[in-house]
Amino acid sequence: MNGGHDVGGMHGLGPIIRETNEPIFHTEWERRVFGLQLSTLGPLFNPDEMRHGIERMHPVHYLASRYYEHWLCTMETNFLEKGIIAREEYGARIRQFLEDPSQRPPHVENPERAEHLMEAVRRGDSTSASIAERPRFKPGDRVLTRTISPKGHTRLPRYARGKRGEIVRVHGAFVFPDTSAHGLGPNPQYVYTVRFAGEELWGRDAEPNSTVHLDCWEDYLEAARGTRAPRVSKQRLSVKGAK
Amino acid sequence: MSTTAQHRGSPLPVGEQYPLDERELEARARALESLLIEKGLVSSDMIEKAVHAYENDIGPMLGARVVARAWTDPQFKQRLLDNATAACAEMDIGGMQGEHMVCVENTARVHNVVCCTLCSCYPWPVLGLPPTWYKHPQYRAKIVADPRRTLREEFGLAIPGNVELRVWDSSAEIRYWVLPERPAGSEGMSEGELAGLVTRESMIGVAKAKSPIGSREQ
Repeated sequence: MNGGHDVGGMHGLGPIIRETNEPIFHTEWERRVFGLQLSTLGPLFNPDEMRHGIERMHPVHYLASRYYEHWLCTMETNFLEKGIIAREEYGARIRQFLEDPSQRPPHVENPERAEHLMEAVRRGDSTSASIAERPRFKPGDRVLTRTISPKGHTRLPRYARGKRGEIVRVHGAFVFPDTSAHGLGPNPQYVYTVRFAGEELWGRDAEPNSTVHLDCWEDYLEAARGTRAPRVSKQRLSVKGAK
Repeated sequence: MSTTAQHRGSPLPVGEQYPLDERELEARARALESLLIEKGLVSSDMIEKAVHAYENDIGPMLGARVVARAWTDPQFKQRLLDNATAACAEMDIGGMQGEHMVCVENTARVHNVVCCTLCSCYPWPVLGLPPTWYKHPQYRAKIVADPRRTLREEFGLAIPGNVELRVWDSSAEIRYWVLPERPAGSEGMSEGELAGLVTRESMIGVAKAKSPIGSREQ
């Protein structure tokens, strides 16, 4: 979706603010939100649903809130939508903690599940999958990214749609976020690293001698005919006109 | 709506109040945690152990060890550039958000810098959790379009025009990080000493590794 999260190339956001000696977490609620998401991502929702929940925040809210507020929002959105928690019980519980800030959630231990989670931290949890098909593209192939504007989840950012690039690496197949985020199945497909020249993405405002590398699922790509199509097609038109 | 009624001018484009205040965030986090615990979906020690690991055990000191080894062992360096996930696994480094790592080398001709314009993807097993500036929109917006200017003006890192600037936008499940150049004057240093020169910023690509010359003079 063309949400507030898709900020690549956006102007006017102001300087990058760097905090010296930044703590890993700034508040206790950030700690709990981080731990809650690690504990629930996988069993209760998948990474694509998680990202899409953040993208659906209002752009004003997204841009004005801190990072772990995004994580809290996507857990709320996903768990309410999936019926894991009910709106009424959640609202009542929030009011309860607002009215009595000395209250804390219950403390319940489950060493087996805690160890299982730490095992996932140590070993990871890949979304790669093997598929029977062969990759459609190979390194060196010229490709054109599709011009799309899906209302759902996608990992093809706006700045890289309808752009020409070159395949530099073929990765394995991975779960396709555009379907996985919407309960439409894993639809695994190859992921490619595509190199784009700065000028292709940003035109005459691009910095010289710069490139952007972006990982694209196969459905984001089509074969590019010719080498520099936008300019080539213009030239062709003028040649035809000259005839 | 009351919001617009109170407002003297035309209505605000967005009627809700953002962001949430600290008190409400705390209450919401507690509410969510208490409901999920009561439903048996999470336990307190899951939360605490995960937080403890990323506050104490998993951070840029791990990536620094990998870089120091690559600086001193050319064969390891080649394995790292060929398959960073496997090379890191040799050192027992790996896991969540680093299932498919790619390490890109900064040289006299190429400078690499890593970002995630759509969210905040970052190689946790070698760098830990990302700093806030990496996750906030300013860096993500600028670095992809104006990398050289952003590095110069916001990070004080001048990359000459004849050096190719490669931005890696982590849009899929591959996690990129940078093998910085070994600094001049570090000849003869041990792997442990070298690791001390490798900063988180140098592995994102917004800084060079620390120079040992300045620190020796101190």
